[in-house]
Amino acid sequence: MNPRRVLVYFPTFARGYLRNPLGLFMSLIFPVILILIFGAVFSSSGTSPVPLAVENLDQNSPASVGFLAALNATGAVTVNLVSPTVGNLSDYLAHHSLSAGLVIPAGFDAAVAQHLPVQLTVYTNPASGGEAGIVLGAVEGVTNGLNLRLANGTPIVTSVSLTVGSPLYRYIDFLIPGLIGFSVLVSPMFSMVNIGSTWKRDKLFRQLSLTPLTRGEWLTATLLWYVLLAVVSAGLLVLVGGLAFGAHVTLTLLSLPLLVVGPILFVALGLLAGSVSSTPETAGVIGNIITFPMMFLSGTFFPVSLFPSWLVPVAKVLPLYYVVDGLNGAMVYDNPSAVYSDILIVVILAVGLAVAATRFFRWRED
Amino acid sequence: MSESVEVERLVKVYGSLRAVDTIDFTVRSGEVFSFLGPNGAGKSTTVEILEGLRRRTSGSVRVLGEDPWSSLDRIKRRIGVVPQDFHFFPTITPREGLRLYARLFDRRVDPDELLARVELLDKADARYDSLSGGQHQKVGVALALVNDPEICFLDEPTTGLDPRARRSVWEVIRRLRKEGRTVFLTTHYLDEAQQLSDRIAIIKRGKLIATGAPDELIAVFGRPARLRIVGEAALADRLRERGHAVTPDNGGLEVELRSKAEAVEILDAVASSGLRWQSFSTKSDTLEDVFIRLVGGARDEGNGPSVAEARP
Repeated sequence: MNPRRVLVYFPTFARGYLRNPLGLFMSLIFPVILILIFGAVFSSSGTSPVPLAVENLDQNSPASVGFLAALNATGAVTVNLVSPTVGNLSDYLAHHSLSAGLVIPAGFDAAVAQHLPVQLTVYTNPASGGEAGIVLGAVEGVTNGLNLRLANGTPIVTSVSLTVGSPLYRYIDFLIPGLIGFSVLVSPMFSMVNIGSTWKRDKLFRQLSLTPLTRGEWLTATLLWYVLLAVVSAGLLVLVGGLAFGAHVTLTLLSLPLLVVGPILFVALGLLAGSVSSTPETAGVIGNIITFPMMFLSGTFFPVSLFPSWLVPVAKVLPLYYVVDGLNGAMVYDNPSAVYSDILIVVILAVGLAVAATRFFRWRED
Repeated sequence: MSESVEVERLVKVYGSLRAVDTIDFTVRSGEVFSFLGPNGAGKSTTVEILEGLRRRTSGSVRVLGEDPWSSLDRIKRRIGVVPQDFHFFPTITPREGLRLYARLFDRRVDPDELLARVELLDKADARYDSLSGGQHQKVGVALALVNDPEICFLDEPTTGLDPRARRSVWEVIRRLRKEGRTVFLTTHYLDEAQQLSDRIAIIKRGKLIATGAPDELIAVFGRPARLRIVGEAALADRLRERGHAVTPDNGGLEVELRSKAEAVEILDAVASSGLRWQSFSTKSDTLEDVFIRLVGGARDEGNGPSVAEARP
């Protein structure tokens, strides 16, 4: 092993990679796009108020206006007034793809003034998940408050809302280590499967074997590149996650071993898949069979803790699970002991796969 | 040293196929040595064994005095190789490739000077995947020259090239020879072998069937020179009466010559016969005729004037 030749070859490999727009897209840009999409989808549903279509048949009466103002002030819903001329609100909601509506009956103000029973009608769509609960809760809360005031009652039991743990973990906090894991998996796997098979077909390894560069030097330069790519990608994701969604993750020193050994593991796995295949086409299929389950089932997009119990053992046989789990421990929970065992497992897998890959990855033929 | 390559009883077996079957030959320093044979005859296997890229089954191989398989690290610094079907990294330019090779070999080489030698300087900064087939081969040759090799192995360097590109590769080969390098060329183009080679070895189904200079091969394996006369059919009988071997040939006749002087004697007889004749010419075998007789008109693939296509 001659370090000088590793450094001489490294820029050529990097250049070849950077000049291929698809590789660069998959490894650096695609994870950032994913974080923007997933971050936007999941952070909005929790925080923004649910639009509530309100048909006020007791128009501009002080009681109805006050009730709606109180409802709006909860922050859980946004009151959107609908003209009373629309008729059946249920049909209106369906036609406008709205999931929540409220009808205030005529004579609401009079009933409230005279302490007579009066009924509000709330429409929700159970298919829209948590939104129905939010709307019902908000309407019920304001109604109870009104009833209590009308009865001149004093609240005996009140509640105050606090959060558990500090900082509060949010989906975005798990998404960032998950997507770093995604990047650690995808960029070496896709390109090494391709390199292992097409370079063999085009005899580019043979071409390199005619120079003083050795197989070990080539592999070292290649590993360096993917480790560098993983670190850059991790930095980029933490930056975008922090800036766009205020994610609470930090690239701790403890996450670094995983950003080094993780890419080594998947370079070995990709090279193995590429080398054992007879054609680039078979290699592509084998590579996808290995990559896709790992991409979705290792806690990259969703924490494994949300998986049904029967799926958890499946996740635990996938090498990427330990990379993502370790990154979560190092970046989100600050739980070093769990990270050490993850690092150990990733190192063992990487060594095993590297040994297997070197058995099949040959530069010269017998 | 006068011998660059020495091969004794070389055998390469793939499963049940004896791709190379007990061959012996030597390549002298400074000569262009051509390995000639139809596709699948064992040319590339032999070359790859010489280049240290393939392990032999048995026999002895010495390239510049060393065993290429076990001493590849040393030998690859002294040989240049343009493999058959040469490929390079698609997004890398010739200049970048040459710079990489120069650094790997730890040599001070001016990439532009090498590119000028193969007439590719104008494409120095073009990505490899934007170049034509002939330009690809030239990149291969330029890369093979980075380490100033003593022997150049060129495995079918002109297969698939258009005539102009072929001729410019030929020029490069002639220049290599002029520079004192040994050139080991495999080809299935006979004109290429005849024009460029000092010596030729013909391989058929893994066995060497002839070795020698092109003229020697023609002298040994070719038919005797022939006199071809176009004229009246009765001429044939007249000459047979005089004891000549005559064969009818496409509107004329061919008479085998035992010596050059015999041609004068035959023409004299023709003139004095009173029969009419229009023209005469002499014919001798080319390397192509010899090759077809030895190899049996084996069907070759590829384009350009190869053995089989030149056959009527």
